[in-house]
Amino acid sequence: MGALNLLIAVCLCYVAFLFLVAFMAERSALRGRAGWLRSPMVYTLSLSIYCTAWTFYGAVGYAARSGLEYLTIYIGPTLVMMGWWWGLRKLVRIGRTQRITSIADLISSRYGKSNALAVFVTIVAVIGTTPYIALQLQSVTSSFNSFAAYDSSVAQLGDNDATAFWVAVGLALFTVLFGTRNLDANERHHGVVMAIAMEAVVKLFALLAVGVFVVWGVGGGLSATFDRIDASNIGQWNVDGGRWSALIFLSAAAFLTLPRMFQVLVVENDNENHLRTASWAFPTYLMLVSLFVVPIAVMGLEILPEGSNPDQFVLTVPLSQGRDGLAMLSFLGGFSSATSMVIVAAIALSTMVSNHIVMPIWLSFAGGGAMISGDVRHVVLLARRLSIAGVLALGYLYYSFSGGGVALASIGLISFAGVAQFLPPLMGGIFWRGATRVGALTGLCVGFLIWLYTLLLPSFGPSLFLSDTLMTHGPLGLGWLRPQALFGIGGMDPLVHSVLWSLLLNSVVFVFVSLVSFPEPLERLQGAQFVNVFQHSGNPQGWSGGVAQSEDLMIMAQRILGAVEAQSFFQREAASQGLAGYLPEPTPDFLQRLERELSGSVGAATAHAMVGQIMGRATVSVEDLLAVADETAQMMEYSSQLEAKSAELSRTARQLRTANEKLTQLSVQKDAFLSQISHELRTPMTSIRSFSEILRDTEGLTEQELSKYANIIHSEAIRLTRLLDDLLDLSVLENGQVSLNLQQGILSDVIDQALAATGVEAKGMRVVRAEVLENIAIESDLDRLAQVFINLIANAQKYCDAEDPRLAIRVANRDGYVVVDFVDNGSGIPSEAQALIFEKFSRVSDNKRAGGAGLGLAICREIMARLDGAITYLPGQGGAAFRVSLPFKNAKAAE
Amino acid sequence: MAKQRPSLFLERKGYRQRRVRDMARLMPFVGALLWGVPILWAPPGEHGIVTSRAILYIFAVWIVLVLVTLVVTRWLDPDADETQPDGQ
Repeated sequence: MGALNLLIAVCLCYVAFLFLVAFMAERSALRGRAGWLRSPMVYTLSLSIYCTAWTFYGAVGYAARSGLEYLTIYIGPTLVMMGWWWGLRKLVRIGRTQRITSIADLISSRYGKSNALAVFVTIVAVIGTTPYIALQLQSVTSSFNSFAAYDSSVAQLGDNDATAFWVAVGLALFTVLFGTRNLDANERHHGVVMAIAMEAVVKLFALLAVGVFVVWGVGGGLSATFDRIDASNIGQWNVDGGRWSALIFLSAAAFLTLPRMFQVLVVENDNENHLRTASWAFPTYLMLVSLFVVPIAVMGLEILPEGSNPDQFVLTVPLSQGRDGLAMLSFLGGFSSATSMVIVAAIALSTMVSNHIVMPIWLSFAGGGAMISGDVRHVVLLARRLSIAGVLALGYLYYSFSGGGVALASIGLISFAGVAQFLPPLMGGIFWRGATRVGALTGLCVGFLIWLYTLLLPSFGPSLFLSDTLMTHGPLGLGWLRPQALFGIGGMDPLVHSVLWSLLLNSVVFVFVSLVSFPEPLERLQGAQFVNVFQHSGNPQGWSGGVAQSEDLMIMAQRILGAVEAQSFFQREAASQGLAGYLPEPTPDFLQRLERELSGSVGAATAHAMVGQIMGRATVSVEDLLAVADETAQMMEYSSQLEAKSAELSRTARQLRTANEKLTQLSVQKDAFLSQISHELRTPMTSIRSFSEILRDTEGLTEQELSKYANIIHSEAIRLTRLLDDLLDLSVLENGQVSLNLQQGILSDVIDQALAATGVEAKGMRVVRAEVLENIAIESDLDRLAQVFINLIANAQKYCDAEDPRLAIRVANRDGYVVVDFVDNGSGIPSEAQALIFEKFSRVSDNKRAGGAGLGLAICREIMARLDGAITYLPGQGGAAFRVSLPFKNAKAAE
Repeated sequence: MAKQRPSLFLERKGYRQRRVRDMARLMPFVGALLWGVPILWAPPGEHGIVTSRAILYIFAVWIVLVLVTLVVTRWLDPDADETQPDGQ
């Protein structure tokens, strides 16, 4: 058995450990014991995904090749973190108030929720990140090789490609398992963040251990090591000033714009105040990471044979000294830096791809946008999982095509320069209100194309895209367009050249086009929201709630947020408007909050489009316009207040009108009932009277006739009694004189009893139940409860007009209540009747087959009120649906 | 909206907070300045800087910056916001 097999075992154990950490973190987050998960230290450690395998292996290689230049990669982010008061604080605040899910979402949201911009940013991010993922796969593979080289007994795991392939598959699996658990990106991935914080500790510890070993174990102490450094090839400061400053700037920019950094910095941020700690703790981390890089590099150059790969010194130096344990630790450090980067990058990219590319396409194919059938959550999650697999597959393909030959550092810098193109629209977006969508889009295009032409394509070498002649003489012989000497200014370092021209022209075009173009109202609003996020948080744009269909909104929200979340959200909103039930008035405030909830799941642009499909177009209210022009005119302020008042008045008037209509209807119904009740009382009375007269006056009735007439009198009397009983029952309940007979029992028994009493299954209706869930012990007046259930089941049987009538009884435990839903598959109750069904004497139809006097639901309501529960109509379930809720204090789960 | 005329001066505590915030804003510039010094260093040769000296300088700057940031963020009022830019 060779060391390689041991390596694989160690990797598997380590991954199992990560699984465990992630799993435990998810569990304690679920149980609400997530306090320590949200500590500033965990946040700081999670930022360390900036230090990928590129840092772990590449920094030493970089130092061995070009001396202290590698420090620029860590100095840039240090400056950004120390300047958190300027930019990061604002970004995090914006991310939280606008429920931003990714950098593409932020840029699209800022520029008027433009989907085109989101798609473009997503594509650039994918192109920029793919080489980086390939780089991680390559570093894991070459670390395997380094081990193999020192232990000839080890067998290779297939070839390099196979190793990279299995690493990619394993990472995809992990990411899918923990990265797509919950849909709402704002709920945060506690498990993943915790695992990453863990990995941060592992890699720092490993690097420091190797460093300490090199300095004190091999180098002979601090001053001896310094002497060795000064005597080596990199013994003198030899960094070009231009590269020094350009690289510091580039790494600072990339720190803000890399999708994975944005994910941990902004999206996973729980608390703005964590930035305070991170502002000094993360620079400390970076400093520690880069502390021993030069000693390791110098030692590697000194003791390893000429031509060894400097990118592997962290591993090969301990190996060459026979320190297998240290080498193993170092291998784990490298492995964990690679895995954490790939996991977070895959989550970030998959969110962007699924929200901005897959979902819009799917919605337009599904037709009708928001009104599609089925559970959208399912689709979103599937899209995310597929995107994760796709991103990793791309990384793997890049790896196997590029052959993994290029030095690690150069791939990393090419990626940096690509994503740094987001910097002008990002910074312009949060600091300059004049920045427009067209400006951002053209600037990005220009920057991206220059980056492609001057850096990415030449990096593949002369054979693949750009030929030698083109490189030296320019396209079509146009010398001023040579990829590495634009405008005839040659001799620059290719990277500095590309960064300079791409970012410069990107910014110039962005600013100039923004100056000459004119933004749409929504862009201006979002601009004001973003730039002045500290002045007024919230309130991004106004929907004009008119004859809006709250029920349609609810159907859509249930599909995206899930039934439970959507219902409790709607109920909360309705309650805050002082309404009972599940349907709030579609006020602009409510619609805004709804849109923001949705955007946590599908991104701002899609959420905006979906709400727009139901509500018609978004209008910008005077209040919002004021936010744009907040420095002007108090007159407008005044008139806007008037307008708000009048809107509020008209809303109140609408509510009053509804109340009035309800009262009028009630009065009409009462009259109708009076005449009906007289009629109902009169009919049995008449027959009782006439048959008793026959009995009294007619001579010579046969025995048979006598019993027949007496039976008629008896049954009519029973009918009369039942009617009077109902009325009495109701009045007793209403006056609160009822005495409850509290007993303990099992909910399923009560439902069984109700089903048996109605005999509904014998009458051709199918009943769907989950009896396992019904096994709840309750303490209540069971007879009264059964009466409510009987009533609902009987109603379902009477009114359900489906050809194949079906009644679903669902039991759930929610917010301290046991809720029992009775949902049939009929045509339901029209919304204008929903308000009245619980009133006395109301009947939805004049249908006589119902036969009752319209007291059943009214009695149910009174009973449930006495039992401290409630009965409500549940709209939007595709049939008539009633929800009975019992307080949990009367119920405990059966042991 | 009757905009209140902001007072021109702040009491002592508020004034101190403003200055701490100024310091927090200044940090990246101080850092950039100190780390910009290596641009002035001569290329290898007679006046060249040996790597160990360069390492000592750069990491010393790092440590000082971290400590100053630590002190400044501790000092900053957690609820500080930029809602009233007036008054110095």
